[in-house]
Amino acid sequence: MAMLSVSDLAVSYGAIKAVKGISFDIDEGEIVTLIGANGAGKSTTLNTIAGLIKPDSGSIKFSGEELVGIKPHKIVARGLALCPEGRRVFTHMTVSENLDMGGYTRTDAENKETLELVYEHFPRLKERMNQVAGTLSGGEQQMLAMGRALMSRPKLLMLDEPSMGLAPILVDEIFEIIQALNKNGTTILLVEQNANMALKVAARGYVLETGKIVKTGTGAELLVDDDVRKAYLGG
Amino acid sequence: MRTQPPALPRFYWTCVRERKCCAVTILTQVLNGLQLGSIYALVALGYTMVYGIILLLNFAHGDIIMVGAYISWIVMSQLGLNPVLAIVLSIVGCAGLGVLIDKVAYQPLREAPRMSLLITAIGVSYFLENGAQLVFGADAKVVPEYFDLPSMSVGGVSLSANAIITIVVTAISTIVLTILVQKTKLGKAMRAVSEDMGAARLMGINVNNTISFTFAVGSVLAGIGAVLYSMAYSQATPTMGIMLGTKAFVAAVLGGIGSIPGAVIGGLLVGFAEVFVSAIGLSVWQDAVVFLLLIIVLVVRPTGILGRPMTEKV
Ligand SMILES: Nc1ncnc2c1ncn2[C@@H]1O[C@H](COP(=O)(O)OP(=O)(O)OP(=O)(O)O)[C@@H](O)[C@H]1O
Ligand SMILES: [Mg+2]
Repeated sequence: MAMLSVSDLAVSYGAIKAVKGISFDIDEGEIVTLIGANGAGKSTTLNTIAGLIKPDSGSIKFSGEELVGIKPHKIVARGLALCPEGRRVFTHMTVSENLDMGGYTRTDAENKETLELVYEHFPRLKERMNQVAGTLSGGEQQMLAMGRALMSRPKLLMLDEPSMGLAPILVDEIFEIIQALNKNGTTILLVEQNANMALKVAARGYVLETGKIVKTGTGAELLVDDDVRKAYLGG
Repeated sequence: MRTQPPALPRFYWTCVRERKCCAVTILTQVLNGLQLGSIYALVALGYTMVYGIILLLNFAHGDIIMVGAYISWIVMSQLGLNPVLAIVLSIVGCAGLGVLIDKVAYQPLREAPRMSLLITAIGVSYFLENGAQLVFGADAKVVPEYFDLPSMSVGGVSLSANAIITIVVTAISTIVLTILVQKTKLGKAMRAVSEDMGAARLMGINVNNTISFTFAVGSVLAGIGAVLYSMAYSQATPTMGIMLGTKAFVAAVLGGIGSIPGAVIGGLLVGFAEVFVSAIGLSVWQDAVVFLLLIIVLVVRPTGILGRPMTEKV
């Protein structure tokens, strides 16, 4: 049974139909990527899974249980975390306070343990523990956003454009961390505009075009697919 | 027992006319300023906290204090019960009312435009004022003294016990509030919600409960303010919350709305300004000076004394 199984999901903002009946699933231990152009509906999909947006129709099953209609804070507690587009760290709070917030649904004892793990993946956050998050560089903020999402000990981690706006060397670093997290047992749903990198680390991928899934395959298959190359890999 | 706000000592006459300006009168005036300023500060804290979290100018906040004063009146005057019980029930009643208002009136409008929320707040304010008038009548009710407190005399200077209690209680409340917001899990959640509600939801924070908790805390402070105000002025009227609320709102804006230390500074400034103006014999200008102060600060520093630039959501 798939860990996450989305079927016939449709989402709209008022009259605008952003997601028009998509279905996909993710098995435990996989990295799955959702690629697509600006406005394809990638963030809408992730936000809907996280419970921030109510879908018009369709179902989202996580470990067999329906998520549609459940409040976002309860979804986090069930083991599904979203690291949102644009990082959205709490800029007036310190790095360690941000991480505390990430572990809001967990006990203090659990958080103490998880914190060590997060600092292992992101040693730079440990050095900047007491720094106000708004003064971190873009790359550090991205690491904080990811670390914060990890604090809830997610079984499935959704990342919305983690490489956005980062220098190439940092992009590599972020992707290495994503792979390391996955090796440690976290299942990952990755949304990226950097389709090349995403497809390289992903077991499978889905191509989203104006709210519809138009193609699916393994990462390797999509990387050599003519249409995908033309549309998303620059030739 | 007083039914009118106490006349401030005639600083003007003794000091200016009779040229007997002495340290004692100045000290008394400072104490008066601190007492009045403390009450404004407590009320301003409630405004600032609610604004900080949902960007709402909660116009009903002053009226919550009015209800608190009536609760004290009912418990002591009507039921003849213990003043300690009156204090506890006033505070608990205010807290409950604050949360109830949030749940009933504001929570259904979480996703609505801010203007709808603002108009609702004005509506709630009218509802409470007219409700109180209907139930209690328009005339002032005398809130008995909670305790029979003697004036203390320190080195020939007589210090009002009420003033000292007010100042100490306000100082303690501010410290407790600061620790709550800075150090506790709920306080951090409040700050997270105030900065980014969506991101807070993604952390697993129950945003509605956190907002209700903020209302509860702000209303507890209003309840404390109601008791301290009743100690100073001994009366409850349906409209007492209007001027008190408005001045505390000015104090919150002066200090920089959304800022806790700002609310305290603003409250004290407004209190001092008022006491100073009436001390020099211009008590008819007592209210005007508060708004003058607001205009000056808004022209010179639109975000208030400790406010953050408006581009950021507080
Ligand atoms: N809050 C909103 N209100 C109205 N329309 C929205 C809103 N958010 C997104 N949309 C619309 O929904 C569609 C899908 O947007 P979405 O953010 O999901 O795209 P995306 O694939 O994440 O794009 P990007 O790569 O630019 O982040 C777009 O047409 C967008 O304009
Ligand atoms: Mg997006």
